[in-house]
Amino acid sequence: MDLTPLVLSAKLSLISTILLLLLAMPLAALLVFVPFRGRFLVDSLVNLPLVLPPTVLGFYLLIVLGPDGGIGTLWQTLTGNSILFSFSGIVLAAMVHSLPFAVQPLKTAFEKIDSRLLEMANVLGSSPVDTFFRVILPNAVHGIAASAILAFAHTMGEFGVILMIGGSIPGQTKVASIAIYEYVETMQYREAALMSLVLVIVSYLVLLAVGHLNRTRSQYA
Amino acid sequence: MLKAQFIKKRGHFVVKVDLACPAGQLLALTGPSGSGKTTVIRTLAGLEEPDSGCILFRQEQWYDDKMQLFLKPRERKVGYVFQEHTLFPHLTVYGNVAFACQDDERIYELLQMLRVDHLAKRKPHQISGGEKQRVALAQALASEPRVLFLDEPFSALDSQTRYRLRLELQKIKQHLDIPIVMVTHDLDEAKQLGDVHICLNQGRVVDCEPSLHPASLPILPEPLPIYQ
Repeated sequence: MDLTPLVLSAKLSLISTILLLLLAMPLAALLVFVPFRGRFLVDSLVNLPLVLPPTVLGFYLLIVLGPDGGIGTLWQTLTGNSILFSFSGIVLAAMVHSLPFAVQPLKTAFEKIDSRLLEMANVLGSSPVDTFFRVILPNAVHGIAASAILAFAHTMGEFGVILMIGGSIPGQTKVASIAIYEYVETMQYREAALMSLVLVIVSYLVLLAVGHLNRTRSQYA
Repeated sequence: MLKAQFIKKRGHFVVKVDLACPAGQLLALTGPSGSGKTTVIRTLAGLEEPDSGCILFRQEQWYDDKMQLFLKPRERKVGYVFQEHTLFPHLTVYGNVAFACQDDERIYELLQMLRVDHLAKRKPHQISGGEKQRVALAQALASEPRVLFLDEPFSALDSQTRYRLRLELQKIKQHLDIPIVMVTHDLDEAKQLGDVHICLNQGRVVDCEPSLHPASLPILPEPLPIYQ
């Protein structure tokens, strides 16, 4: 069995999870702690990838990241290359598709923080940014871990959006799920079964980890 | 001197106060549950915004509705001890006190003064309720506050610990030359510690008569069992 698609899936999941956490933490904090008009609109927009068919999401990403799209043009100007059918393109696509999986656990964790801790930090002279790093994040460690695990697992199993944005270029965009699809199409069932088994084990371990996190969190609560 | 004159709508009644607390004195706010005591102290600290009025500390405006001025709590440089033991759970006792103070010497001085220096490395869940309140007091004092607010700081403690902490607070008060505002349910506590005493009922300042002592308030009858 060629391990390259699995390694590529792991690399994609790791990079997109790190980038996603950096984006999701301030976004979740904004949605929980900052009251602003239209907050529910932003919240619903963040959750949109949960209900949209991956092909619809992929289609719009294809337009935005394409040579006539805003991000596609900007990327082309900055790097000289097209973001479509590249590893960078599938990282971006995976981030968009996994955004709700990263934001929701963080939101839940932030909402559970005792509001008096934030008031106390405020009285003690802490700025909102300082409070975010010194009070909110340390008290939401379980939520951050759950967010990272779910985003990682979701990206590991990502198929439709990646196929539309990245195609199937070996070593660049051909991730495990696409490789399985191609193995089945070419009737290489043994390879498909082996790679599927790896994904099943990874997903099961992820669910065990999330369950463990939830149990330890309820023990502390 | 801390001076305040404000109105704050709160559910079914309006909190209306006019108070002053000079430096070195303790203003005790008493009254039955739900009388608006905590609203007053939270408003003074900036945790809630009044609907109208003004709050002045020395020559500094903290709140003025006419000038549309509202100074955030972090800009008021005050200390606040919450009703229940509120400490940062992820930090040690030392870390909690050091949250707003970089001076190591001062931190240990405060921990020693409040007799919790031996607990410096422990987390809040590893210490007792009385110790938590001592740490909370050390934390509030660490930032060298210009006004100290205490919201029923001893209410969750047993009578012995409460008595000891009262004595300690009395000693601290003598050292500090700042206004202290304390909310308490306990009229004896208010009399023992307070230089100025204000009673609230339904958000209004009333005479501090014994009849307003929470213990002497009429006990509401048990609700009738509907399905009997």
